[in-house]
Amino acid sequence: MDHLALPTAMIETPTVLADWVIVLPLVLALLGAALLLMLRQIRHVPALIAGLVVIAIIACEVALLQRIAVEGPLSMTMGKWLPPFGISFTADIFGAGFALAAALVTLIVIIYAEGERGPDERGDGFHALVLLLLAGVTGAFLTGDLFNLYVWFEVMLIASFGLIVTGGRPLQLDGAVKYGFLNFLATTLFLLSLGLIYGLLGTLNMADIIGKATTANPAALTGIAALLLLAFGMKAAAFPLNAWLPASYHTPPAVISALFAGLLTKVGVYALLRALVQLLPASRDILEPALLLVAIATLLIAPLGAIAETNLRRAIGFLVIGGIGAVLAGIALPSEGGVAGAALYVFHAILTMTALYLVAGLIERRTGQRDTRLMGGLYAASTPLSVLFLVLVLATAGVPPFLGFWPKLLLLDAGLQQALAGDWADGVLVLALLANAVLTLIAGSRLWAHVFWRSGAEGASEHETITLRTPGAREQWFGLGASVVLTALIVLAGLWPNLLFEGARTGAADLVDPARYIAAVGLAEATP
Amino acid sequence: MSTIIFRTIAPLIVAIMLMFSVYVCLRGHNEPGGGFIGGLIAASALAIWGMAAGVETARKALWVDPLALAGAGVFAAALSGLASVFTGSPFMTSIWLYLDLGETSVPLSTPMIFDIGVYFVVLGTITSIALALQSGEES
Repeated sequence: MDHLALPTAMIETPTVLADWVIVLPLVLALLGAALLLMLRQIRHVPALIAGLVVIAIIACEVALLQRIAVEGPLSMTMGKWLPPFGISFTADIFGAGFALAAALVTLIVIIYAEGERGPDERGDGFHALVLLLLAGVTGAFLTGDLFNLYVWFEVMLIASFGLIVTGGRPLQLDGAVKYGFLNFLATTLFLLSLGLIYGLLGTLNMADIIGKATTANPAALTGIAALLLLAFGMKAAAFPLNAWLPASYHTPPAVISALFAGLLTKVGVYALLRALVQLLPASRDILEPALLLVAIATLLIAPLGAIAETNLRRAIGFLVIGGIGAVLAGIALPSEGGVAGAALYVFHAILTMTALYLVAGLIERRTGQRDTRLMGGLYAASTPLSVLFLVLVLATAGVPPFLGFWPKLLLLDAGLQQALAGDWADGVLVLALLANAVLTLIAGSRLWAHVFWRSGAEGASEHETITLRTPGAREQWFGLGASVVLTALIVLAGLWPNLLFEGARTGAADLVDPARYIAAVGLAEATP
Repeated sequence: MSTIIFRTIAPLIVAIMLMFSVYVCLRGHNEPGGGFIGGLIAASALAIWGMAAGVETARKALWVDPLALAGAGVFAAALSGLASVFTGSPFMTSIWLYLDLGETSVPLSTPMIFDIGVYFVVLGTITSIALALQSGEES
């Protein structure tokens, strides 16, 4: 085509083939979901295709991460339009890293599901919905446009709504209504704030917002930031808005709750990180007291809920919320160390919370119960299961050397520096972080003691043992195998965290000082 | 609902609506219309057919499962975006092909394939919902 004839609103340099790694993860997930929707009635094929597609996505994301590590954030603007007008996909280390963790977890979940799914569940579209959910999550992590982020939130909502009712038991419908209504409310609030941002700044491109927000009316912008905090806080299940999570996560089959625990709330908290720390840092400073309050309340109340709860998966749901508190603590601490800790915690939580739910699913299948009061004696029956659960509980609480320890170390370090500089509120946050670790440990070890160590159900005599179901070979290989692989990954990442530290530091630097991010989109000269 | 008047007139209405849906879908590039509204018209046509002739007949008339149609739509839409990899442009860049047919030239493009994809997504999902609701009514 004749280059002179092109209007100036378009990008004129050719796109390198290697740049496509930024959209390929998303496109592959969408194509895979579409293909599986067509082929869902065929036996064995959906799982195989889904697995292969996710492996291809992982390969793309590893390539993307390698490029970002060398060259900094990477961006591609759709349809050849120049950045503020076209929809940009912009990935920095955080976005690409979380997307990789999400894809890894999805692969594990697909393998695990092979051990659980019977022939009568064929054709329910499970794999198509899982890939659609992954598409939504990947899009949310990689996009560089706020409206596009909203679109991926909706894609996630549709897919998760389909997944939560898979099986169609009345309890699931009950959970789905609570989950669906509150999440619809959150996305609607998000959409409202998008309208306000567009009205105020005239742009929804994230890199463009960073530049224009510095000269906009700070009062209006802070109002918008507060609305975003409300919307994303609801999505992330932060303390006063967390009611939907324990009410819905335990209702679908365990594989699906595992996928939800790994992916959904993490996207909410990632959006909060991006919107408050990177896009509207001045408003974040004004909102800091509210953030601190929410973080402290979430950190303390969630593990207390886990201690009080007797339903195994509901209790783990409260542990998921406690983790959200740790990330909020990082957002409330205005330093690179705090942001790095928050991001590393998100990465850890994606892996660990999924693994915890997967193991809970195995426990439920062995005991045939959902309530910990009726469980017991699993220690003698299954050593691997008890070790897995214990390791994951320790990782969640943040006991060294497991993965959960390192982000908490970064957060504590950042908080202590602030507290020593004379900020007493950050001192309270540090105490809350420590209390959260102790309470989580109590809640987790209580669960472990009840499920594994106690010889029988609650109140039963010493000799009255519980009858346990013996697992089939298929369940053992796929279910236990997948859980062991994921837990091993968590342990290894905890033992060699250097790469993660490096990534978190670079990512945090890019988030706090977004010059490289803006330059990648191609808006550097437009911003003051 | 299935009075003799309705059953007699339904095939005619359905045929006209389906043709009109294709017309609306194709004119949508620069004028009012497009894949979404076209798909809605087609889905309403199939819902009318389901009311008049029964859900089973409507399903048979479709040949394929409506949800599979929706899947095919997403697939086509995503592929149409990928085509720009061959022109060295970013994802979703449109590619145009002008077919000269003697007197007129017919513009074909990747946005058109995208829109046809949207047409099938809407057609598939709305039809499967409508037919599921109707089959609940019948039983």
